[in-house]
Amino acid sequence: MAGGIKKFVVGSFDDEAVLFPAVKNVRKAGYKIHDVYTPFPVHGLDHAMGLRETSIHTAGFIYAITGTTTALTFMSWVFTKDWPLNIGGKPHFALPAWVPITFELTVLFSAVGMVLTFCYLCQLSPFVKKHHFHARATDDLFVMAIECTEKTDDAELQSFLQKAGATEINIQHAETGWWIGRYDREQKLYRDEKGY
Amino acid sequence: MNNQFELPGSYKKWTWGLIGVGVLALLYGFIMLHPFEHAAPGSGDHSSTRFWAVLLQNSVYWLLVVNASMFFICVTTMAMGGWQVALRRVPEAISSVVPILGIVTFLVLMAIVWGGHTDIYIWLDKSVVAKDAILKGKSGFLNPKFFTIWSAIAIVMWWLLGRKMRSLSLESDKNGAMDYETGKKWIWKNTVWASLYTVFFGLSVASTIPWLWLMSIDAHWYSTMYSWYTFASTFVSGMSLIALFVIFLKNRGQLEYVTEEHLHDVGKFMFAFSVFWTYLWFSQYMLIWYSNQPEETKYFIERVGTAAKPGPYNGLFFLNLILNFLCPLLILMKRGVKRNWTLVTVMAVLIIFGHWIDFYQMVMPGTMKDHAEMMPFEFGVAAFFIGLIMWGVGRFLTRHPLTPKNHPFLKESMIHHT
Repeated sequence: MAGGIKKFVVGSFDDEAVLFPAVKNVRKAGYKIHDVYTPFPVHGLDHAMGLRETSIHTAGFIYAITGTTTALTFMSWVFTKDWPLNIGGKPHFALPAWVPITFELTVLFSAVGMVLTFCYLCQLSPFVKKHHFHARATDDLFVMAIECTEKTDDAELQSFLQKAGATEINIQHAETGWWIGRYDREQKLYRDEKGY
Repeated sequence: MNNQFELPGSYKKWTWGLIGVGVLALLYGFIMLHPFEHAAPGSGDHSSTRFWAVLLQNSVYWLLVVNASMFFICVTTMAMGGWQVALRRVPEAISSVVPILGIVTFLVLMAIVWGGHTDIYIWLDKSVVAKDAILKGKSGFLNPKFFTIWSAIAIVMWWLLGRKMRSLSLESDKNGAMDYETGKKWIWKNTVWASLYTVFFGLSVASTIPWLWLMSIDAHWYSTMYSWYTFASTFVSGMSLIALFVIFLKNRGQLEYVTEEHLHDVGKFMFAFSVFWTYLWFSQYMLIWYSNQPEETKYFIERVGTAAKPGPYNGLFFLNLILNFLCPLLILMKRGVKRNWTLVTVMAVLIIFGHWIDFYQMVMPGTMKDHAEMMPFEFGVAAFFIGLIMWGVGRFLTRHPLTPKNHPFLKESMIHHT
């Protein structure tokens, strides 16, 4: 599912303390930050980039009540309608005995659902590939990718990033979406297709 | 930095108003409920029992709630926690009420035990114990002498060890900024005293004290969950009380380093320990319900009754679950709520009230049987204790700087981010 090829100006930073003001200034100057790739989770970066609050907890809550409902309806159906058993003389509708299972299913649904949702949102899955703007983003560099529109002046943006403290700046044409396959083959395909 | 707090007039008015209401309630109790007369068994007169049962419920509840503040300080100290330093003086102030409420509680307990109130503690009756194999077996633990000595030791230790923690903290204000080595030593000293407190807390609040003070009301019955349950109840109320005072001071323009981030963490404690309380509540209930042994189910039959005949505490029993489980779970779950000063205030009041109800239904069924009342007298006594807490906390807050500005972890607390 390719999202289309776009042009990016990519700046790499080697210090978190330089990155924060750079993110702030780039946004203030009106450039559109595609994403910032960091080797580790950086506290407050989402806030600095102006990303909205995640709604994964709302999804988690919905998965959780789905689990609660599943457990309670299934157990009530089994123990009162389908196969009523006399267990220690307890009533068929034995709510206290079901609470642990209800709790477990609530947690299970919520946890598994949230992990899958998270993977879907981050486009993480076996065999799924995404473009890497810089290999060292997983090692020791903070990589900022800025999307170029028709109005963007590349040269101006590059000098802007240089002033902001970027150690390495380049221009990349990259696939924005994800695809299934191998990096080398896919990248070669793009090169052939677009003639870069 | 405005680090010195002056009590606003409205705070003083409320403090003395609540104490006034409480004194009126106690006067009413002394005159109308004849606390020092023993009603003849079977006479149907429960007034003396009511007086002592209400005092027992309130004194133990509020004492354990304020004591939870010192536990909070000690465990965060031992965990090398830094986020709470900006608001640390608030739990310190609350824990400074422990000796005051400790004395009140001790007097109440002594009046009950040495006044021979067998209507509260059945094990005080020697003739009953002699004929009762279960009570005889427990008499090494449940007897007036051991009760008195251990209660006294517990209260004195909470007071002394808590005072040591507070004086260490206040010392840091006088001695100026610490260098690395001094700071390290000071933190180590704090950790040692905090662990001593925590060990003693485990031996008292988390085990023996609830057995003696509360569980022995239903002397034949026992539950290994009981002390944890009591601890969870008072700890979540204690966190709510901390939240209330933090919000009050913040509204008064104090505690400038305390932000939504700190409120969020306090809110998390309120949320998490409400769930923890429910876990213990349920574990105690479910195991007894499942095994269905008459000597165990007795405790719940006194409270909920049976399907055919609901007991008088039925409503309170389920209200307890709604107030202390459903409301915190559903309302405090969202991040935005834990960061909202107004909503946390509402929830804190709700939780403190809910656990007061919890203690009510722990004490009343075994003492008042079917005759418990919830009239102005009950609330008046609660007002007396709230007033005492406000007075003690206000006293501490005005006497000491509100931010421990030389605490080595203060910076960590200032930049705290949840």
